[in-house]
Amino acid sequence: MSPTALALVQDLRLFLPEVILVLTTLLVIVLDVTPVRKSHRALLYLTFCGLLLSGIYLLRHYVDLRESGGRASSSNVLLFGNSIALDPFAVYFKGLFLLVGLLTGVLSIRYKKLNPAGEGEYCVLLLCSTLGLFLMVGSRTLLMAYLGLELVSIPSFVLAGFQRDSRLSNEAALKYTIYGAIASGIMLYGMSLLFGLAGSLDFAAIRHALEGQTELRASPLLLSVSMLMILAGFGYKIACVPFHMWCPDVYEGAPTPITAFLSVGPKAAGFGVILRFFYQSLSTHSGGGDWTPIVDQLQWPIVLSVLSVATMTVGNLAAVAQTSLKRLMAYSSIAHAGYLLMGVVVLSKDGIFAILFYLAVYVFMNFGAFLFVVFLHDLVGSEDIEGCRGLGWRAPFPCIAMAICLFSLTGLPPLGGFIGKFYLFLGVIGRELYWLAILGVLNSVVSLVYYARVVKAMFLENIPRGEAEPLPVPFFYSAAFAVLVAPILLLGVYWAPLVKLARYSSSIFGA
Amino acid sequence: MSLLDAYPLQHYLLVSAALFALGIFTLVARKNAVAMLMGVELILNSANLNFVAFSRYTVGNFSGHLFAIFVILLAAAEAAVALGIVIGIFQNYGDVDADALDGLKG
Repeated sequence: MSPTALALVQDLRLFLPEVILVLTTLLVIVLDVTPVRKSHRALLYLTFCGLLLSGIYLLRHYVDLRESGGRASSSNVLLFGNSIALDPFAVYFKGLFLLVGLLTGVLSIRYKKLNPAGEGEYCVLLLCSTLGLFLMVGSRTLLMAYLGLELVSIPSFVLAGFQRDSRLSNEAALKYTIYGAIASGIMLYGMSLLFGLAGSLDFAAIRHALEGQTELRASPLLLSVSMLMILAGFGYKIACVPFHMWCPDVYEGAPTPITAFLSVGPKAAGFGVILRFFYQSLSTHSGGGDWTPIVDQLQWPIVLSVLSVATMTVGNLAAVAQTSLKRLMAYSSIAHAGYLLMGVVVLSKDGIFAILFYLAVYVFMNFGAFLFVVFLHDLVGSEDIEGCRGLGWRAPFPCIAMAICLFSLTGLPPLGGFIGKFYLFLGVIGRELYWLAILGVLNSVVSLVYYARVVKAMFLENIPRGEAEPLPVPFFYSAAFAVLVAPILLLGVYWAPLVKLARYSSSIFGA
Repeated sequence: MSLLDAYPLQHYLLVSAALFALGIFTLVARKNAVAMLMGVELILNSANLNFVAFSRYTVGNFSGHLFAIFVILLAAAEAAVALGIVIGIFQNYGDVDADALDGLKG
């Protein structure tokens, strides 16, 4: 074998979690046309197996990286001609994505609106999207970032419109597609300009090229334009303010499990790729886990901090007026993109760490809340706050679980969400961005208004006449709520292990 | 080769900027979903033109060409999915006008 082919085989061994996802996808496609698919949910369980197997190999990578000495060169393995990085940062995110994929599958089990005949396609699209998330967080070149982003986007366009006979689902899919295509088109144009300026697609090489060009540093207009255009594509994925318009409509129209997937998976991957791109291409590492913007005149952290404040404010203020639970959660997820952006602007290892920590808690909080939406639709037939009225007395356990998720999203102690927000604000204060911290805290107070409105409807409002008898809660929901809420409660009192893991995973990019 | 050398890089960049602007204009001005997708194609191709021109004139390797090929592939995939969704919209609404889609708001 030639040396190149040998290197490729070597790389493929380090690419096993992704390869397993691809093989599972192919297996599901083949089995979808055989009689196997007639048996109950077989393909969905096969998908679970694929995700778990991929997780086992991911764990092995994690252990290998740990043993090979933490930081240095050995833990920054680059695959396929430096286009994909396998570092603790990527492995951490991939673990989250596997969890997101599994939980999306769990939510789909009882979601009645999904057509059982389309189960194979549903699983295939979910697996492809998960693979795209994997590629996004590993990307080290503009090309790979674009490919990963599109591999997430295109299957999720279809997933958003999966209920073909529902007008709302179709509308959500078209809006998502048009906005997505525009955002990625603008991002692509920005990437082409950056490619022209720096002469390379590689993040690290872009930084070297930009550092060397004095005339560019003197007038960084073109660089600013290309940066803002690239931000349009990434901002669309995390739903931050000027690029958030699709979010409420798509979240409301899409099937609820897919809404839950979109609210966590692509958002987390968007932050992964933003951190990689902005920290590796547009910043210089100044030692001690701190970065500075590469060009003095291009203060992109200020741009991002303004976007961060705008995002959380718009999200929180718009959420107050919502009556649909899914729409409320959409605005809540926009607001959370704002909080998480605070971790990006501080340009320090503490910021990366806070984002990683918060995202892990966010997975459980958000999936808990969306599980409640599925539950409500399944047993009460509503997806509105109105449908929760008095439910706290008819089905106490799911409602208490939902209340815990909502209070954790607000950031109240002693829940996991509080610890996550605490670290985010700590990073901001460490950089002496007091105005940002104050606005963030004020926003959290506003968010309490609408989260508490749901809790109030559940526990403090009168039960509608004639519906006073207790609701029989299927075991599935009790178990699922318990699994999702336990980590939120646990992380509120004993968060040291996750801190250790997130700290280790945030030591990347030569810091 | 001689034809390429006759025009400096700026010409290609101007054409691509014009394509980009036309694409954005199409997206803003047209309400028909299919026409909007055509606007997206213009934007993607303007970026492709940039990639290839930069690759040929300033960078000197084929990484830009490579990127453009991937973009063409993905544009095809995206168009297939988007048109499929547009067909779904047509079956449900009897129209592909973006203004007709007003079921989701608030």
